[in-house]
Amino acid sequence: MEYTPPPLFNRGPTPLVRLFLCSLLSAGLLVADARYQYLDAVRQVVAVAVYPVQRLAGTPSVIFDRIGDFFVTQARLRNDNTRLAEQNLQNAAKLRQFDSLSAENVHLRELLAARQRFSAGTTMAEVLYAGRDPFTRRIIIDKGLQADIKAGQPVIDEIGVVGQITRVYPWLSEVTLITDKDQVVPVQNLRNGLRAVLAGTGNDGELELKFIPLNADFQTGDQLVTSGIDAVYPPGLPVAQVSNVERNAAYLFARITCKPLAGVASHAQVLVVNWENKAPERPPQPEKSAGGKRRRGS
Amino acid sequence: MQAHESRPQTILLPVRPAFIAFTLVAAVLMNLLPWSSWLLLIKPDFVALVTLHWCIQQPRRVGFSVAVLFGLAMDVADGSLFGQHALAYSMLAFAGIVLHRRVLSFTMKDQILHVIPLLLANDIIVLIIRKIAGGDFPGITYFFGSFIAGALWLPLCYLLKLPQIPKPDPDHV
Repeated sequence: MEYTPPPLFNRGPTPLVRLFLCSLLSAGLLVADARYQYLDAVRQVVAVAVYPVQRLAGTPSVIFDRIGDFFVTQARLRNDNTRLAEQNLQNAAKLRQFDSLSAENVHLRELLAARQRFSAGTTMAEVLYAGRDPFTRRIIIDKGLQADIKAGQPVIDEIGVVGQITRVYPWLSEVTLITDKDQVVPVQNLRNGLRAVLAGTGNDGELELKFIPLNADFQTGDQLVTSGIDAVYPPGLPVAQVSNVERNAAYLFARITCKPLAGVASHAQVLVVNWENKAPERPPQPEKSAGGKRRRGS
Repeated sequence: MQAHESRPQTILLPVRPAFIAFTLVAAVLMNLLPWSSWLLLIKPDFVALVTLHWCIQQPRRVGFSVAVLFGLAMDVADGSLFGQHALAYSMLAFAGIVLHRRVLSFTMKDQILHVIPLLLANDIIVLIIRKIAGGDFPGITYFFGSFIAGALWLPLCYLLKLPQIPKPDPDHV
């Protein structure tokens, strides 16, 4: 209810005119953003304004977690301790092997004059919240430009690949999950080394191998790791497991669905991989494509 | 209509602009809370709801500029297309401002029947924009949030009106 009298003379434009102007402005912004990516600077400015609210939104869950931590029972702590000690022992044994194997690997690669494998550092980040947008699969993490995060870096958890940094703000960044419809990861079958392209479907917990010929050797239960040929993801990170293979002669390609290994939809912390992309220069394009056939999936 | 005339009404205090701003920021906060899996399916858009409420209650204070500003804020926070919420919220503001006299003359229950279609229209605008940009329809659960928001209209109206209700005067007999 309003108690001041309405202005009689200076009323400004009618609601319809205002709606028209606002729609025009929004449509302009939409086109400039979606089509030409002109608005990154504007986005950064708005992001700084929204940042306190974004941080504040994460606090209740943090407080809740802390309270939960405080009331942890002694039995659970002891269980955790034994489990971790056991795991540590197993890992230590593996690590001994790993040291000698990596030394051997370096040596062999030197002998063969092959490129050295990467060594990557990681930055730990907390997941603040999942994007509300139902059309994409994104999460917001609490490290940004200030922590030297760059767009394009892969994001992993303790099991495997989670996604990729797609947008960086001063103190936050956006991670597009591998389950996003437009997110593609080049992978390799661990069992036989077949290369393939793994794409998200837009549903949680479901991925799809694209353009695999009907006769390609993919079986349920196969492990897929990053192949590293895109020079974005470091090679050898676990990504997914084949959950269903459907070969229908009516279609050109097999329909292979996979399940992501990493807890893509559920985690509190993730690691951002600082991987220096040291891919060799692209060879110059030959005048005529030799062979002319696609070499997909082999 | 008749219900409106026969209802006893308290004369409310004027609303403070700071309170309007506070509720809008709180709505953004509610939207950004880390919702878990099944809640994520039915989460209402609090910013749309609160903007609509103020556009109906205070159409001369809250209007298009607020809708566009908070729309842009939501776009950045969500990582969605820049301007999609701004467009949807300004449509909502238009509907709220044009219909405010009509909606206020109804009882609460009938107001909800106005609010739900408006919020659904808001969803459909976003859906059309994303379809044009090449997105997939995320399933019928996409619309659930608006019905939940409609159910929240009653408690929300009560909450947002609380600071305007005058304190009873002890000297008054």
